[in-house]
Amino acid sequence: MSLEIAPRPRLLAIPGRADFGGRFRPLLASSALFAALFGFVVLRYEFSSPTQLFLNLLIDNAHLVVLAVGMTFVILTGGIDLSVGSVVALSTVILAKTLQVGWPTPVAVTVVLLVGPALGLVMGLIIEYFEVQPFIVTLAGMFLARGFCYLVSVETLPIDDPVLRVFGLQYLYVWADKFIRPTVIVMLVVVAVAVYVLHQTRFGRTVYAVGGNRQSAMLMGLAAGRARVSVYVVSGLCASLAGLLLSVQKLSGYSLNGVGLELDAIAAVVIGGVLLSGGVGMVLGSVIGVLILGTIQTLVTAENLDSYWTRIVTGVLLLLFVLVQRALSRDAR
Amino acid sequence: MTGPTTRLPALRRITASPLIWPILALVALMALNVLLTPGFLSVRIQDGHLYGSTIDILRNGAPTMLVALGMTLVIASRGIDLSVGAVVAISGALACSHVAGSADPTNGATIAAAMTLALGAAAVLGLWNGALVSIFGIQPIIATLVLMTAGRGIALLITEGQILTVTGEPFKVLGAGHAFGLPVAVLVSLAVFAAVGLMTRCSALGTLLEAVGVNPEASRLAGVRYRSIVFAVYVFCAVCAGIAGLMIASNIAAADANNAGLWIEMDAILAVVIGGTSLLGGKFSLTGTMLGALIIQTLTTTVYTAGITPETTLVFKAAAVILVCLAQAPKFRALLRHGRIRRGPRPTAAPAGPAGSDAHRAVGTTAESQSQSQSQKVSTS
Repeated sequence: MSLEIAPRPRLLAIPGRADFGGRFRPLLASSALFAALFGFVVLRYEFSSPTQLFLNLLIDNAHLVVLAVGMTFVILTGGIDLSVGSVVALSTVILAKTLQVGWPTPVAVTVVLLVGPALGLVMGLIIEYFEVQPFIVTLAGMFLARGFCYLVSVETLPIDDPVLRVFGLQYLYVWADKFIRPTVIVMLVVVAVAVYVLHQTRFGRTVYAVGGNRQSAMLMGLAAGRARVSVYVVSGLCASLAGLLLSVQKLSGYSLNGVGLELDAIAAVVIGGVLLSGGVGMVLGSVIGVLILGTIQTLVTAENLDSYWTRIVTGVLLLLFVLVQRALSRDAR
Repeated sequence: MTGPTTRLPALRRITASPLIWPILALVALMALNVLLTPGFLSVRIQDGHLYGSTIDILRNGAPTMLVALGMTLVIASRGIDLSVGAVVAISGALACSHVAGSADPTNGATIAAAMTLALGAAAVLGLWNGALVSIFGIQPIIATLVLMTAGRGIALLITEGQILTVTGEPFKVLGAGHAFGLPVAVLVSLAVFAAVGLMTRCSALGTLLEAVGVNPEASRLAGVRYRSIVFAVYVFCAVCAGIAGLMIASNIAAADANNAGLWIEMDAILAVVIGGTSLLGGKFSLTGTMLGALIIQTLTTTVYTAGITPETTLVFKAAAVILVCLAQAPKFRALLRHGRIRRGPRPTAAPAGPAGSDAHRAVGTTAESQSQSQSQKVSTS
């Protein structure tokens, strides 16, 4: 029996081989756009410290970066996870509620970090073993998580735990008067771990292989099913963690947190050059995608425009990127 | 239906129908409602109009039904339209801003013009989605994500961030009026349902649409006008969303760009899926979609009448979706029947032969989406 592997766009060139520009082209394009946008903002509004402006981007979007990292895993396998925004809200509410009833902080944090992966595991198992489409399953997950939020509490719950307050408000001086907050460290660690896992471990290779061509991956004897379930667990974990970061940033838990956040995460991932069909893209691209979204936000605020302009500009950028990607992958054929 | 292969026992034929699960779910919900509120099924006549819980369900579900009908056709063509919520908001915003800005806001002609304007804009947005999908060959989910992201912003731009109220009586007819004893909104939805049903089932259109959904490339080679059909379904879906937007705006006599049609795309997709249409395209059931929309609306109403806090509707909705989807998943039914999941070789899972890859190479525009859908096909086989 002759076995032929379906041709893929050249963007999917095996990591580590030649064809450097091809593999990194989307990443370079996103970085260039970010640099241009950021430069424009700095020059136009004469921010006193571009460095601090950049660090603020990291501080304000730490939770979105973590979310986008999780989403990248899922999208690389060709799936999608719509539940993350609701899981973020659920995490903030659970954290605030458990702390309010007097649970010790470590226990509360652990519980939060278990809820997301547990939901992700259930969704992943349904997707993989009962073969229901990811879109529908995670949509149900989104409703479920949001519904649970309301069950826990409809009102805003303050968080006044001293440890978490410090975690959210502490300045960490990088040099001179340029500061970040502890959440940024968490975010950077998550990104580093994700890069390592995706590019240096067997699991990471399997994720790419499953997204590239699931059939080939299975024929090669890779644990395709396990990888497809695992990515939803990873995404759930990232969503929980993002929820923690958001709650220490806001120092409250609210069931309406993170409405539409899943769309921001997906938009960031797409702008970062990850193909929604799976198999192509990098975590760093998603991070750049988030930074681009953050810069748009800064731009809209600085220009004193109404907040809905953020959405319009994001949509236009999304369109631009999708079209460019389209042209690039057609080139490569 | 008299062929020897289809002559099954009546009971068997009924349980084999894909519509059986949505019907059962709807009946169960209705029964639950009758238990909770004994007067649930009663309909009374007041001022020549019908009133009652069931009529309310129909009326409140009308926009979702309309949007879901459009969505069914899009999904049948192996697409998806995430932008309908945004189109709902834009259509309502345009109509209200036109009426509010005109000299005579209660005049019927003004309102007709406003509605025409809104529907025209919706059609243009549909053309836009159709162009992205068919000409540029972008995956439907991203192509429509663009408008989903930007659309509500555009609607807010039209209303300048305000909630525009409209006082004219004629404007309220579509959303809150009655005709022949029934709410106008219900009649409009049913009329669209009948029209689409006739068009797709009594002409070749439905078959062509399914052909496009099963295999876009093969249908194109077979002479089906792929582009025209894709354009048509996205425009139709957007116009349905436009009408739904007018209904919602007319019902509350205002354009609320932030909340009108919020998450209606999700409800519509759920309705379609509950109705038994596969997200992989190629097969659709309009009746199933209508049932699905009714299930969602009845569920919402049930939660209200049962005295459960309305915030928990979402939990029930999620449970219903998962149950119905699992009931329809072949693997799950096999599990129930045999007590275990068969994980043997996947029989239809080998499309990556030389012929398949040639087709890949030939399709400049749709190869990307094809390879994805192929892998999806594999996963469902």
